[in-house]
Amino acid sequence: MKKLLSGNEAIGYGAYAAGVGYAVGYPGTPSTEILQSYSTYPGVHAEWAPNEKVALDVATGISYAGERTFCTMKHVGLNVAADSLFSIAFTGVRGGLVVAVADDPGMHSSQNEQDTRNYGKFARLPVVEPGDSAEGAEFMGAALELSEQFKMPVILRSVTRLSHSRSPLEVLDELKPIHPGHETIKYERNPPQQIPLPMNARRMHREVEQKLIDVAAWAETCGLNRIEPGSSKLGIVASGIAYQYAREVFPDATFLKLGLVHPLPRDLFFKLDGMVERIVVVEELDPIFEHHIRLLGIKASGKDIFPLCGEFSTELVRERAVAAGLIQAEEIAVRSAAPVVINGLDAVAGDGSVPEPLDPAALPARPPMLCPGCAHRPIFYVLQRLRALVFGDIGCYTLGAAPPLNATHTCGAMGAGIGVLHGVDMVGVKDRTVAVIGDSTFFHSGLSPLVNIAYNKGVSTVIVLDNRITAMTGHQPNPGTGRTMEGVETPEVRIEDVARAFGFAKVDTLDPYDLEEVRRVLKDHIDSPEPSVVVARYPCVLNTRERYAPPSVDLEACNMCGTCLNIGCAPIINRGDHVEIDHLLCSGCDYCVSVCPRDAIVSARRDGGEE
Amino acid sequence: MATGKVEGMTRDKIDFVLAGVGGQGTILASDILVEVGLEAGYDVKKSEVHGMAQRGGGVESQVRWGSKIHSATVEKGRVDYLIGFEMLETARWIEYLKPGGDIVVNRYRIPPPPVNMGVARYPEESEIQELLLTRAGRLEWVDATGIARELGNAALAGVVLLGRLASHLDIEDAVWLGVIERLVPPRFVDLNREAFRRGTESAD
Repeated sequence: MKKLLSGNEAIGYGAYAAGVGYAVGYPGTPSTEILQSYSTYPGVHAEWAPNEKVALDVATGISYAGERTFCTMKHVGLNVAADSLFSIAFTGVRGGLVVAVADDPGMHSSQNEQDTRNYGKFARLPVVEPGDSAEGAEFMGAALELSEQFKMPVILRSVTRLSHSRSPLEVLDELKPIHPGHETIKYERNPPQQIPLPMNARRMHREVEQKLIDVAAWAETCGLNRIEPGSSKLGIVASGIAYQYAREVFPDATFLKLGLVHPLPRDLFFKLDGMVERIVVVEELDPIFEHHIRLLGIKASGKDIFPLCGEFSTELVRERAVAAGLIQAEEIAVRSAAPVVINGLDAVAGDGSVPEPLDPAALPARPPMLCPGCAHRPIFYVLQRLRALVFGDIGCYTLGAAPPLNATHTCGAMGAGIGVLHGVDMVGVKDRTVAVIGDSTFFHSGLSPLVNIAYNKGVSTVIVLDNRITAMTGHQPNPGTGRTMEGVETPEVRIEDVARAFGFAKVDTLDPYDLEEVRRVLKDHIDSPEPSVVVARYPCVLNTRERYAPPSVDLEACNMCGTCLNIGCAPIINRGDHVEIDHLLCSGCDYCVSVCPRDAIVSARRDGGEE
Repeated sequence: MATGKVEGMTRDKIDFVLAGVGGQGTILASDILVEVGLEAGYDVKKSEVHGMAQRGGGVESQVRWGSKIHSATVEKGRVDYLIGFEMLETARWIEYLKPGGDIVVNRYRIPPPPVNMGVARYPEESEIQELLLTRAGRLEWVDATGIARELGNAALAGVVLLGRLASHLDIEDAVWLGVIERLVPPRFVDLNREAFRRGTESAD
C-alpha cells in the first residue's frame, strides 16, 4: 500500500522491513524520528542511550552477537561516537550495523554544519545517501546487506530536508512482528578480530583498505549509483537532496546519481565523461565528489558555481546555474489582471494611499524563545538580575541567550559548559560565574566535567535545569525520567545524589517558580567559595501539559513599567499603554504575576492552588 | 507512484506555502493538504522544519502536488497558493508567491517579541494588504480564528482556512473530509468537519 512518510519515518520503517530487531540512538534534530518511528513496529526493541557513543557501543554489541541493528544520531552526535566508530571500522561487524546520521545544512537547529560524508573517508567505511522517503527505506535495507557482505559498519546519511519531508512509498500491507533469534543466538568468540592490539590492528588496517577497494569496485554496478541519460551538453553529478534540486533545474541533462557516496566508483565517472561535453557537480556542503573527479583527471565544475556554506534550494541552484551560463534565465511571468480582494480593506494597490509597500526583509522577526510556562525562564531571569556570567550548554535553555533575557554568555558542544567554567574559575575570574546544563545534557556528557570539579578542588557552581525529559527534541525520556523509551518504569536518577557521590557537599534543590527562594539560593551559591550544585527541578509543562487559566491584567494598576515584558514570554503583549495576555498561548504559569512590582497581573488560580 | 496525468488532475503542478506561528496548527493543516493531493492522484511532497520552532516561533510548511515532484521545497516566486495563519507571517512569505497567485489569509495578529519589547512595529493591516497585493492575483481575508473560537477551539483555524482553500481547488469535499477524518483524533472529527464547512462558506 502507498503511504506518505517523512524521510526519518521511512528510514525507521526500512530497518523494520529489513528485519532489524534491536536499535539504539540519542535524540538530536533532525534525526530523532528515525528511532521513534522504528520503535512503533511490532516485535522490535528500541532504546534511547544517554549519548551517541554509548548508543554505538550498544549497537556494536548487538552486531557482535550476530543480530542486525542500527543506531541514530545527528551529525554532531557522530563526533561524540567517533572514537568507537573508528575502532569498529577496524574490527568489523557481524550482524549488519548501520549508523543513521542526519546532517543539518543551513543549521536550522544545530551549532554547526558538517558533512558526514567525510567520516566515510576518515574512518574508512561506506556511506549511503537516500534522496527521498522511498530511497530512505530502500537504502536502509541495502546498507544492512552491504554491512554484512563486507563486514563493515555503514553510515546512512540524511539531511534536514530529507528527514523532515514527506513523500510517498510502498509499504507492507501487513506488519508482522520481528522475531530475532533468541533461541539460536550464539556469540562467536573472535579476539584476534575484536581486539585491536597493535599486532592485530596492523593487519586490520590492511584488511580495511582492501575492503574499501572491494566496495569501490562493487560501487560500479551495485544499483545504488546510476547514470540517467539525457542531453550530451551537460552531465550533472549529485546525490541525495541536492539531486532533487538539480533535477528541477536541469530537466534535460545527463545525470550520474550517486547513492553510495563513499567509496566512490571510478568507471562510472569515465563513462559520464565520455557521454557529455561538460560535467558539473551539485553537492551541498563539502566538495567531496568534485575532488574525487579531479583526482581521476576529469575536468569538472562544482564549488566555483555553487556555495560551500549553507543549505541549497532549487532557487539557489537555479540562480547560480543562470549566473554560470549553464541555463537561460526564465522569463518572469507577469500578473495578467488587476488583483481581486475579498473581505479586505478598501485601499488597493496603486491608489496612492500607501506610498511604498513594506520591504518583506525588514518585517519584525519572530525568533524562537523559551515556551510560555517554561521553568527555565525564572532561573535565567534571576541570573540576569544578578548579572551572573553564565556558561551555557545545548538544549532548549540555549534560548536563555535570546533577548530580552540575554542571560547566557557561552555555548559549545554538549556538556562543554561545566569544563569551560572550571577553566575560567581556575584562573581566578571573579564575575559571578555559573554553568547551566539541562538534565539530558547532564546525563549525556555533564558527569565527567562535574566529577572533574570535585576531584581537582574546583570552586564552581553548576546549575542543573532539570525538567525530567529531553525537551528540545520533542520529549524523549532520559535516565532522570523514570521510564524507558518503551514506557517501562525504571529508577529515576536523582542528580543531587550523583553530585553528592562525586564529592559535592553543597547541593540544593529549587522550585524555579519561587522567586525569592531562587534569588536567595543562587546568590548564596555564587558567593560561596566551595564547589556547589543547584538542581532547579520542574517537569517540562509542554510534556506534562500542565495548564491553568491565564492571569488577567488590572488596567488601573498597570503603569507599563515593562518588568513583565523583560521576562521574554510570548503571550505578554505590549499594547502601548498597558500589557495584555494572549489566552491562546498562555499556560497560566503565573510567573509574570510574581515579577510584577505593582501587583497589576492577577492570578486566576484561587488562593494560589490548582484549579 | 503517480507519474502521469490522472483523472481529476487539472494542473501540472500546484505549490502551497502555509505560514503561521507555532501552536496554530500549521503542521496538521499541511498534513491534511498533502494527503488530499495524494488521494487526488498527484505525486506529492511536503517539507517542514522543526527543532528551534517551539511555541511562539515562526512555523512554515511547504506542500507540492504535481505529475512528478522532485524537490520537497518550493521555489521563490513560483508558489500558487499562500495560506497565512497569521498576518505578519503571511507577509514574510510574499516573495514566494508567483505573480498573480492566490492568498488566503487569517485576519489575526500575534505580535512577535521585538514588537512586545517595543523595538519594532507591527505593520498596519492596510500595509500588509498593500504588500500582499504586490503579487497576489486574488487576496481573501478570512476571520478563521474568530470562526474557530465560535466553534469553541481557536486551534481549528487551520481547518477553516483549508475549507476556504478547497473552494478554489477542483477536488470534491468528500476527499477532504475523508482525510480529515483519518488524521484527527476521533472525538474531534465532527468539530473539524464543521470547521471545514464554515471555511468553504466563509467568502459567501
